[in-house]
Formats: sequence, C-alpha cells, structure tokens
Amino acid sequence: MAFNYDEYLRTNKMPTLWCWGCGDGVILKAFVRAIDKLGIKKDDLCVVSGIGCSGRFGSYLDANTVHTTHGRTIAFATGIKLANPDKTVVCVAGDGDALAIGGNHTIHGCRRNIDLTLILINNFIYGLTNSQTSPTTPQGFWTVSQKVGNIDPTFNGCKLAEAAGASFVAREKVTEPKKLEKVIREAIAHKGFSFVEALSNCHINLGRKNKMANAMENLDWIDSITMPKKKWEALSDEEKENYLPTGILKQDIEAREYCESYKMVQDAHQGKRGKITQDDFKKKI
Amino acid sequence: MSEVREVISSGNDLAARAAVDAGCTFFAGYPLTPSSEVMHTVSDLLPAIGGTAIQMEDEIAGVAAAIGAGMSGVRSLTATSGPGMSLKAENLGLAQMAEVPVVVVNVMRGGPSTGLPTRVAQGDVAQAKNPSHGDYKSITLCAGTLAECYTETVRAFNLADRFMQPVIVLLDETLGHMHGKAILPTVEEVKAGIVPRKTFDGPAEEYKPYGVAQDEPAVLNPMFTGYRYNFTGLHHDADGFPTEEIETCRKLIDRLFAKVDEHKDEIELNEEYMLDDADILIIGYGSASLAIKEAVNELREAGIKAGLFRPITLWPSPEERLYELGQKFDKVLSVELNQGQYLEEIQRCMGRRDIQKLVKTNGRPFSPADIIEKVKEVF
Repeated sequence: MAFNYDEYLRTNKMPTLWCWGCGDGVILKAFVRAIDKLGIKKDDLCVVSGIGCSGRFGSYLDANTVHTTHGRTIAFATGIKLANPDKTVVCVAGDGDALAIGGNHTIHGCRRNIDLTLILINNFIYGLTNSQTSPTTPQGFWTVSQKVGNIDPTFNGCKLAEAAGASFVAREKVTEPKKLEKVIREAIAHKGFSFVEALSNCHINLGRKNKMANAMENLDWIDSITMPKKKWEALSDEEKENYLPTGILKQDIEAREYCESYKMVQDAHQGKRGKITQDDFKKKI
Repeated sequence: MSEVREVISSGNDLAARAAVDAGCTFFAGYPLTPSSEVMHTVSDLLPAIGGTAIQMEDEIAGVAAAIGAGMSGVRSLTATSGPGMSLKAENLGLAQMAEVPVVVVNVMRGGPSTGLPTRVAQGDVAQAKNPSHGDYKSITLCAGTLAECYTETVRAFNLADRFMQPVIVLLDETLGHMHGKAILPTVEEVKAGIVPRKTFDGPAEEYKPYGVAQDEPAVLNPMFTGYRYNFTGLHHDADGFPTEEIETCRKLIDRLFAKVDEHKDEIELNEEYMLDDADILIIGYGSASLAIKEAVNELREAGIKAGLFRPITLWPSPEERLYELGQKFDKVLSVELNQGQYLEEIQRCMGRRDIQKLVKTNGRPFSPADIIEKVKEVF
C-alpha cells in the first residue's frame, strides 16, 4: 500500500507555493516518512521555520508549526525546546536564513548542542526574492546582485556546524530521497544538535541564468558536485575541494545535550546536587 | 486593606521577583546595563522552581527564545535596555502579529546609540509605542516607584495573557538600581490574581485560534495539547495560515487595534497627586515623578498649589483624562528625562500647544529644585 502522506499534511492549505519541480517538496515528503517511521505523534512535534521558500515548510505540516522571522528559527526553537524538553522540535531554514542573517544562532545552537534538528535546505541562492547571492552560491555564478559573476567565497555549512560543536552533522540531496529520509530520521533520533544540510534545486532562480533552466539539469549539477563520504575521503586534498561529501559526516553520541545540562542547573538550585564543576564535563578547557 | 509585606531591594530585583511570583517560568536574555540584575535574579529563582533562565547569544535570540516559550504556552520574560530594545524590535513585531504574550522589561538608560550606559533617561518612551515596523497597538507600563517595579511587572503578565501580545514594562536606571524599602502585596495575593490566557476546549476540528470576535485577542492553546495550528508573522486566516485575502487582511489589523482600543478601561492606570485643589498641573511619569512629588510638596509649603498627574500605563495613553485635565487647567507643565517625547502625546490629547516643558537629557535625574525653579519661572 502506498504511503499515506495526507495524514501528516494540511491538505486543505495546498497546493504549496513552491514552483513546479522544486526540491522542497521532496524534502517535505522525506521528513514526513521519517516522522512516521520514528513514531512521533503530530501533537508532540513542533516545526519552526524562517523566511524564504523553506519558511513555508512547516505550514503545510499538520503539527505545531511556527513561521518566524528571517534567520531566527534556532533562537525561537531554543525557547520552545527548553520550555518543553520532552518534545521533538525541528528547525527548517534556507541557506540565506541559517548561514547569512541567522549565522550567529546556527553557531550557538551547535555550540550548546541542544536537542534540536536543523534541516538546512541549501538551494545555493535566495530563491524567493529572485536570485540574489547567498552564502552558498558558487563563485562565478550569475546572480541578480552580481550579474557579472559572484565573487563571494562559498560557505560550507557542514564544516561550520562541526567546528561549532553540533554532535550530528549530515548532508544529503533531493536526488537521493531515501537517503535523505534516513539522515533526517537519524538526525531527529540523535540526542543533541543535529545539522542536516539538504541540497535542493532552484532551477527557476538559480538554474535559469546558470545553464540549468529545468529541474533535471539543476539536479544533475547537484549530483556532479557531491560524492558519498567514503568515496570522497579517498580523494586527494586538492580534489576534495571540488566535491561536497554526503552521508553522516559526524556523530558524537557522548556529547552532553543542553537540556540535560540545564537539568544539572535546576538540581543544583534545588539542593539535589552540589555546584557544577569542570569535572562534570569531558573537556577541561 | 489587604495584607502587605515590606521588603528592601532594588527595582531590577523586584521586577524579576514579580515575574516569578506572577507565574513566569521562562526567561531568555542578554547582558545589558542597566538591566542585567533582572537576569541575575531570575537565574537563581527560576531553576529553583523547575523553570528556565538562559543567557542567549544576542539580544535578538533573547527575545526570540522568550517568544518561542510564550508560543508554547508558558509565561515568559526578557529584560534589556535601549540598545537591546532596538535589536528586539523585529521579533516583537512578530509577537504583535501572531499574538504571543511576552513581557519585556526595559530599564532605560541615556541614548541614542550606546549613549550613557550607567545613567538615567526616559528616552525610549516613543520607541515603546511602536518598537517594530507596521501597524499595531502596543501596551506599555511605566513604574514610578520601587513598589511599582514589582506591581507593574505582575500587571504586565496578566495584561499580556489577557490581550495576547507583548507588554513592555519601562523602568529606568534610577529605579532599576535604587535600593530601598517597598511595600508589596503578598505573594498569595499576586498568585490569586493571576488570570491565565483563555483556551479553547472544544473539539480540535472546530478550533479557530484567530477566528475570534473583532474586539478580542486570539485564543491560542498551549502547544502539544492536541490543538495544532500555525504561528506566522504574515497576514493569516483563522487557522493562522498565511493569506492575502483582502477582507481577512483588513479585519486582522483592525482587530489588533480594536482588542486594545475597546478595552482601554482594563489597561489604563494613572495616579493623581494633590490635583483636586491645584492651580498648576504637572505631568510626569517614571522616576521623574519622585522629584515632582517632592517639588509639589515644597511648592505647596510656599503657597503655590501644584499637583501631579502621572500616567502609569503610558501606551495606550489616557486620552480622555488628559483631555479633561487640559480643559480644567490653564497652567500645565510636562516634565520628562527626554526632549519631550510624551509631551507630543499630551499636546495631542489636550488639543493644546501652550504646554510648558522641562526636559533633561544629560543622564542626570531631576532634583525637586529643578522643577520648583521651572514652575516659578513660567507661571
């Protein structure tokens, strides 16, 4: 029997505002399958999104959904999670959302290692607002704000997340919906901050002016710049620069999760334990 | 008279204690002089009762996390000063639009910009009316005594849940850092006065969080309770789902105004001191009113009948009462620690432009002598 997506969707609010052939729908479906497999009840799920095409992700889901301001998903979600530590809180943000205007919250969400999952939908462009350069736009690409070619160095979100302290980091792409579902599932199941970069197409506002005017051409390009982690690791350092590794790039199941750390604060204030010292943590500096 | 208690504390500490006594269980903020003591106190009190106080990475995250917790259904607080208010503005707009209760304590310091971090001002009064872009009606309370740092914070939480929107409590550096005696209501009385936000308990399929009467706030059930809906800063329909439908958009903004305008009597609060037989009306609020009261007493000893009108709710302003007072008094003096931000509102409400003003923006408080001198000079 075919999977019943409708149970998790606000079908009365559809069709979506996403363009024909947009990858965001593939990510939405992968997310729904992941939630279903994990057995998470819709009442216990909160999805927080920001601004951009990805900002509408939550509103199509039959869950507790929050469409926030540009870049602030993780900050809002941190409040929701700390006030409700036993619930599942997932952030959905775009590349501009999470890496440009909201970069600070991404860094500190990762650093705290709070049990949130961030699905960063990276389509390499500001799609909703008609093709301005994003932090992940490749150099030399046409954008409406850099018509002779983008000169800005590109941001590698997964490297940032790893360095900032996220305990789960993964990258997948819409051309691999099953693998995407799997990493989203593992990210949500992981206790700690989970960073999932989902590479998606925007043939309308990235592809049209960059020689990939239909969805398939844009998707082929995504395939051409990605490689499974194992294969990528075998490349020379020089070659590695030309590909983005996919799959789970980091998972540290021992890292202390922030809500659990905060429980120590509550216990200390309630006289249930002594003061918190360096010995309570693995790292000493 | 109901039972009271006497405490010795500072304005910032009292605001923090009031929040906890009023049922607040969540705080998120960022250090900012002269407001940081609010965070210091809640960081001790909240975890002790199973609540949460978190220092976020910036002012924006502070208010965002506080609003997030408020969305999920708990009473939530953030505290800051002028520079932080400027950064928090956009997200306060979201809370106005999505109708999320949250209390923001702004301990005012000298501005603009970094200004005078450790000195007093009342320069954020105009900002408090509309901190964010767009059309909405804000609610702003202004403590004028140490005790009011407590009682106005309590009132702010009840108003935020009643009207489902942010409520700003203005303190200033003088009150925030002043240590002294305050006569407060008992904790039991505060707890008995808590009016939680309205909820809908019918079948989920009939629940329309934003489908309410045209003069009432949204009815937003706590998250994770079986009533799933959408929050957004976009114009939205009765389900909270984005829409651009003409009539829905018109009615939404009309309602954000009407829910406050039609219930001003539940929000307005003023103090009138020695006004009944007065010849001279002095209008002031916040810590400035402490000096005004002393000036009124001294002027009366010298045979000059002055009185004070002090709005405690600054926004929405006491339009009708100001109009009446403007009809009654020829001699009116406005006293503010800014260049006349509220004076413009007083002029509007009174329909008069002949109001004298005494202003100060050098980071120093008024002394009663400043006011006495001004009264003798202009009247």
